[in-house]
Amino acid sequence: MSERLTKSAARNIFYGGTAFFLLLFIALSIHTHLYIVNTSTDQTTLTESVARGKHVWERHSCINCHSLLGEGAYFAPELGNVWVRYGGRDHPEGARMGLKAWMRAQPTGVPGRRQMPQFNLTEQELDDLIDFFEWTSRIDTQGWPPNTAG
Amino acid sequence: MKYPTQKLAYPYFIAALLLFVVQVLAGVLAGSVYAMPNFLAESLPFHIIRMIHTNALLVWLLLGYFGASYFLIPEESERDIHSPKIAWLQLFIFVFAALAAVVSYLAGVHEGREFLEQPLWIKILLVVAFLLFLYNVSMTVLKGRKTVVTSILLLGMWGAALMFLFAFYNPSNLALDKMYWWYVVHIWVEGVWELIMASMLAFLLIKMTGVDREVIEKWLYVVVGLALFSGLLGTGHHYYWIGTPGYWQWIGSIFSVLEVLPFFAMVLWSFHMVYRSGRNHPNKAAMLWSLGCPVMAFFGAGVWGLLHSFSTVNFYSHGTQITAAHGHMAFYGAYVMLNLAFFTYALPQLRGVQPYNQILNMWSFWVMTAAMAFMTFTLTFAGVLQTHLQRVVGMGFMEIQQQLDLFYWMRLLAGIVFFAGALLYLYAALGPTKKQVSSPLEMQPAIK
Repeated sequence: MSERLTKSAARNIFYGGTAFFLLLFIALSIHTHLYIVNTSTDQTTLTESVARGKHVWERHSCINCHSLLGEGAYFAPELGNVWVRYGGRDHPEGARMGLKAWMRAQPTGVPGRRQMPQFNLTEQELDDLIDFFEWTSRIDTQGWPPNTAG
Repeated sequence: MKYPTQKLAYPYFIAALLLFVVQVLAGVLAGSVYAMPNFLAESLPFHIIRMIHTNALLVWLLLGYFGASYFLIPEESERDIHSPKIAWLQLFIFVFAALAAVVSYLAGVHEGREFLEQPLWIKILLVVAFLLFLYNVSMTVLKGRKTVVTSILLLGMWGAALMFLFAFYNPSNLALDKMYWWYVVHIWVEGVWELIMASMLAFLLIKMTGVDREVIEKWLYVVVGLALFSGLLGTGHHYYWIGTPGYWQWIGSIFSVLEVLPFFAMVLWSFHMVYRSGRNHPNKAAMLWSLGCPVMAFFGAGVWGLLHSFSTVNFYSHGTQITAAHGHMAFYGAYVMLNLAFFTYALPQLRGVQPYNQILNMWSFWVMTAAMAFMTFTLTFAGVLQTHLQRVVGMGFMEIQQQLDLFYWMRLLAGIVFFAGALLYLYAALGPTKKQVSSPLEMQPAIK
């Protein structure tokens, strides 16, 4: 390394640069927080049942098989757009029934196919969870995923 | 080893290595479920296995950092650790919390955010243990000699503890949840952990190459500077598709490219220092790990990260097996190898013997590294195929997965070989010591 860079110069660059990028990151974070609350998500429809549904999602650790907005375990299908994939935009009742029937039918026990456990969700929990999926599908994700396959 | 309290590192390393075995074993089980989907489907579902796999990894890596801190801080600060009792208490709490988490997961009790699944009371225990650690090492450092190695190490540790507090914030707005979740996950592994990594490497280089501390510490500033300048805004590559503003696609893409630089600098740094020293350190295995670590980190974290972090690429590859490929080699190269390097360096001193079982240890290096490379390749191929079929062609997820069977079998094979390598390391590190070469030189206090 160049002898012109002294250790104290390197130290000053490190601390100064880190402070600069940290402040920039914090400023952008504040903007992003406000953007999420005001623009990309719909706070008015974030109802009690959506919040409860998120807890159903968490209590059963769904993220450790599925992915949600592309984050998770990649072992099972993406669910950020599962509402859309089940046709929920045009036929909300049909999608709701389909999702419930699917979860109730698990595990399929089909040999050679990945198995989803039976979580024995109540009618209320199923509805909450589906409300959460429905709300999630309306987050403005900059056009992701590329298609309904998720 | 000059200070008696450095011995505190020994139980930490043993605990870390045992959890390493748990982690890899869980990995092999998870890999088996990929290849044979009905395996354990009823008794131990995939999501439980995966929680154990990832959580055990994080916990044993942290145990390794704690142990390494207790080992290196006395030598750097030129004084004993402030309170050995606190260090033991911290170890007890931390290991208890880790085991409690595993039992809790097996019983199906957990929270549900990825990597942060620990029940609340376990999270609190982890924080308590972390605070005990910070108090203990900070007191030692404050009272002793100040070096760049310890100040960067402490900055990394304090940063890690601070960012973990976001694990307690879980808003019901999913997009907000995800945004702050990355504060913990990204800023740990692509921010403050790189500080810990660079300072541990700096210590190893100072000890093993004998190059002037001034030179090594100057490099250390450069490396951690590159890490934070790129890593903080590099968080942007996780803010593409989760409800965050579009400008992150620009920021994330640009700073992701820069995120390769700290790893590249680490490669140059370590090889340059070793080349410059010309010294033949007797612990050849530790030297091998210390050089292998930045190289594999450069490929795993750097190149494989860059592979899919441009927003235009990530639009198609996001959330596929490509991410899994990157995650495996990045964690192995950067943090697993770092710990194994440090253990290999410190264990002979902790056990009061000359470097031992070096050939076995080096075999374990090549077995694990080759297996991890192979696993990464298979997952990369699987990911590319998946990306095309799912994101371009639009085929259904489950249909595609069946076509990836061959890759998952090869991954499982790599996992089993890796497990064998890990056991080999464990035996070489903790088993009976056997000197590889006996020579009259060893009767002398030290070689050079």
